[in-house]
Amino acid sequence: MNIGVVVFPGSNCDHDCRYVFRDVLGQDVTMVWHKEPSLAGLDAVILPGGFSYGDYLRTGAIARFSPVMQAVKQFAAEGKLVLGICNGFQILLEAGLLPGAMLRNKSLHFICRETYVKVENAATPFTHACKPGQVLKIPIAHADGNYYTDPVTLAGLQANAQIIFRYCTVDGTVTPGSCPNGSLDNIAGLCNAEGNVLGMMPHPERCAEAMLGNEDGRLILASMVEGLKKTKRAEAVI
Amino acid sequence: MKAKIHVTLKPGILDPQGKAIEHALDSLKFKHAANVRVGKYIELDLQETDATKAEAAVKAMCEKLLANTIIEEYRYELG
Repeated sequence: MNIGVVVFPGSNCDHDCRYVFRDVLGQDVTMVWHKEPSLAGLDAVILPGGFSYGDYLRTGAIARFSPVMQAVKQFAAEGKLVLGICNGFQILLEAGLLPGAMLRNKSLHFICRETYVKVENAATPFTHACKPGQVLKIPIAHADGNYYTDPVTLAGLQANAQIIFRYCTVDGTVTPGSCPNGSLDNIAGLCNAEGNVLGMMPHPERCAEAMLGNEDGRLILASMVEGLKKTKRAEAVI
Repeated sequence: MKAKIHVTLKPGILDPQGKAIEHALDSLKFKHAANVRVGKYIELDLQETDATKAEAAVKAMCEKLLANTIIEEYRYELG
């Protein structure tokens, strides 16, 4: 599979994404500079974490207008897989590819620690390697992870199983205390209505190798690869 | 023409910065400050001399980039 990792000025988790897909999962990885107008030949696109444009004005507010984002919108419209991690999630929100917005963390602190998230929907291309309700330990590192949307949109997300990850306790209970940043409904990650675009604040690429003591993130990234392989095999048969 | 733009969080959106500042004012014995909200002030020069066109331009800038209208509102002065 050919995985594209977009690099904006200020992205800093792009190399970790490349490492996991290329060196841990054995896939081809293409680094895509933000001015690149084409995503031709790519099977999935990752918008990595970091501080694109220094988070100036609002996090992700300027990156959403990078030339590559036209291609990302088209890629998503074609039903292909797009994963936004942390700043990548923020960019997807600002670009309108996912509903809602990010506010400053309730505590005003930049929080850099491990969290537990519950897999609320294991039927997506990003989570099918997980069991429904599985608890994953994944680190977060952000100051603006306080997800917000209006009540009508929230109800729609809930009804449509678009909330993919919720912050929880170690045993999978979703409590206000287990939410590190004040995020609405403990939302740590959500997808679009079609299920091909996922945004998540925690960093799966930081916990995808046994040597680092935590491979929980690998489930998400490997889900993408396995799903793509299945689709390609099915297409080859037809 | 100069545009002076204020971007603020919509009422009802939690503003922890505002709260932190409110507590700080309180601890400095400024007891009468309440409901502190923090926003952004942006100034820019416009080449446009026609007031109507200038206003349309500033409004479009706010809608498209300067404010995230899901969580923020804006007001501006042109002069």
